[in-house]
Amino acid sequence: MKKLLEKLTEGILMLSGTVTTVTVLLIVFFLFKEGAGLFGKSPTEDGFTVAVNHNNPIDKLSPEQIKNVFDQNIVNWKELGGNDDSIILFRMDDLLSYYSEDELGGIDTNMSLLAQKIDQVIENNKGVIAFISANEIPKEHHSKLVRIESIGLGSFFGGEVWFPTSTPVAQFGIYPLLMGTLWVSFIAILIALPFGLAAAIYMAEIADSKVRGILKPIIELLAGIPSVVYGFFGLIVLVPLVQQLFNLPVGETGLTGSIVLAIMALPTIITVAEDAITRTPRSVREASLALGASQWQTIYRIVIPAASSGITAAVILGIGRAIGETMAVLMVTGNAAVVPHSMLEPMRTIPATIAAELGEAAKGSLHYDALFALGCVLFIITMLVNITVEMISKKGTKNKLR
Amino acid sequence: MKGRTKKRVAELIAFNLFRIMSASIVLVLFSILAFIVVRGIGVISWDFISKMPEEGMTKGGIWPAIVGTMCLVAGSMLFAFPVGVLSGIYINEFVKDNWFKRFVKLMTNNLAGVPSIVFGLFGMSLFVNTLGFGDSIIAGSLTLGLLALPVIIRTTEESLKSIDKYHREGSYALGATKIQTIRRVVLPLAMPNIITGFILSIGRVSGETAPILFTVAAYFLPKLPSSMFDQVMALPYHLYVLSTSGTDMEASRNMAYGTALVLILIVLILNLLANFTRRFLNKKIKQ
Repeated sequence: MKKLLEKLTEGILMLSGTVTTVTVLLIVFFLFKEGAGLFGKSPTEDGFTVAVNHNNPIDKLSPEQIKNVFDQNIVNWKELGGNDDSIILFRMDDLLSYYSEDELGGIDTNMSLLAQKIDQVIENNKGVIAFISANEIPKEHHSKLVRIESIGLGSFFGGEVWFPTSTPVAQFGIYPLLMGTLWVSFIAILIALPFGLAAAIYMAEIADSKVRGILKPIIELLAGIPSVVYGFFGLIVLVPLVQQLFNLPVGETGLTGSIVLAIMALPTIITVAEDAITRTPRSVREASLALGASQWQTIYRIVIPAASSGITAAVILGIGRAIGETMAVLMVTGNAAVVPHSMLEPMRTIPATIAAELGEAAKGSLHYDALFALGCVLFIITMLVNITVEMISKKGTKNKLR
Repeated sequence: MKGRTKKRVAELIAFNLFRIMSASIVLVLFSILAFIVVRGIGVISWDFISKMPEEGMTKGGIWPAIVGTMCLVAGSMLFAFPVGVLSGIYINEFVKDNWFKRFVKLMTNNLAGVPSIVFGLFGMSLFVNTLGFGDSIIAGSLTLGLLALPVIIRTTEESLKSIDKYHREGSYALGATKIQTIRRVVLPLAMPNIITGFILSIGRVSGETAPILFTVAAYFLPKLPSSMFDQVMALPYHLYVLSTSGTDMEASRNMAYGTALVLILIVLILNLLANFTRRFLNKKIKQ
């Protein structure tokens, strides 16, 4: 009976032991299941198509090209590799400029008549491009339907426009978001690193135990403050400050986000780096001191090189944390989804995009799937960060054994 | 002699630089705290704590958000604490040092590194949609619980590892089984540190916003939940709403300061409590 109970307990323990593994696998499954829904689909609204004159040599367009056409950034077919005809945009509402209301009389009840009229417009105008619903095309039509490139990994990572609610075709290019995320995080670590390292060295090597006893809980507290409070502080204090300091139209910039993130990344950098420094063997340190080196010389010639793998791990972990941070960044970086040119412009990061847009994306829509795909990207980045750190710290211990 | 003074000067400069940089970190923390305390202290009153929000969240209190956060903390810990502690015990006591242990540890580290917004996405996909809980306390609690798991597992592991092996060996020598040894000898000794980790993860859970955005948090809901399938307001999300999308931002600013102060106070108290348990209980065990 007792044996059985012990076996049972062990079974329960084993089940709990695998909970993190199971969770990670579940996250992968659900994230990628939803995220994969984005790819291979046409980015147009359901039931809508793009049609052109049958003499037009173009029969395939990318989502970005279509957006540029309808935004009138591209006004001639020549720019798309077609004939030298200027582009005429046509949407349903434009029908009234081709036909009088009388000619269109009664079409509300007669769909096929409407479809024929539209077909005629396309037939009569060489340069027309029409964005119409699929049931506005008659069975025997003269127009040519343009094939719209479906969303692939290339246009997902390389596309420079993120505009999921744009019509006629939604734009799912994450390049600006990726750049925003990397820049904001990178600059944050650049700001945090000198301070974090200094504090780590100070705590591990210089400060006496009393000062350390005060600093440790303070760092812990810094790590414990909720990110939304950092965001609030940034919004009220740093945003106006940055705006005044650099004389900008808005204070919500990439730099503001980086500063807030730098403060938030400090505890991670300090704890991991301090750990690495303290773990340097005492014998090495004493050997250096015995040779007549000063304490400072020992620190920067012996201790820091010996702890370098741990310090690298601290930096990478800090970047990982910064990349995934959501709320504070969402509140202070301004959230403009454009490819950033300077740190003093509003930027938008991947986590902030998910947080800001998931609420308004209908479940199962392309937008919804795209946000999950963003989540996948974020997940993969943090996975890579963790594996790198793991590898670095393993290499570090091997070196120390030698 | 000259080289020696040069060495001294270099050391003096370096050490003081580090001292100043460390002090500036402390200064940043205190200026954040001071700013929120000074602006928020006037807002806090019994009414602020105990009343419903009124007039487009520009007046009244934050009671439903406090209750919501308490529900989420309780729910997530009810799930994460036992599972996390059991998991930590299993990893440290039962798994041999092989690839499996390394794999499980890697997975725990990975889970700890997953951004909170990804937990939000996952929670929404699994608990809200697939399992059909809808936006509810249970969906939010489970999401937050998963987020807190790695912290609890790691502190459990660490505190078990730090127990002297003599305690274990003594227990085995008296004829106790492995499970008995863990339950009667090892766990009580490790408890102070486990509880410290537990308290700190409460702090973490009560301040998280991103995981609850799409699993439970309500923009404005001036009533208390009646079951675990209800939506609730929560303090961190309330602060986010007040400071970015309130109906009248200027008028709700005071409410935001007050909410931020409440959040800070929660974290502050929990941190003090954690430090206190660590010291007090450890001392008690040593006696």
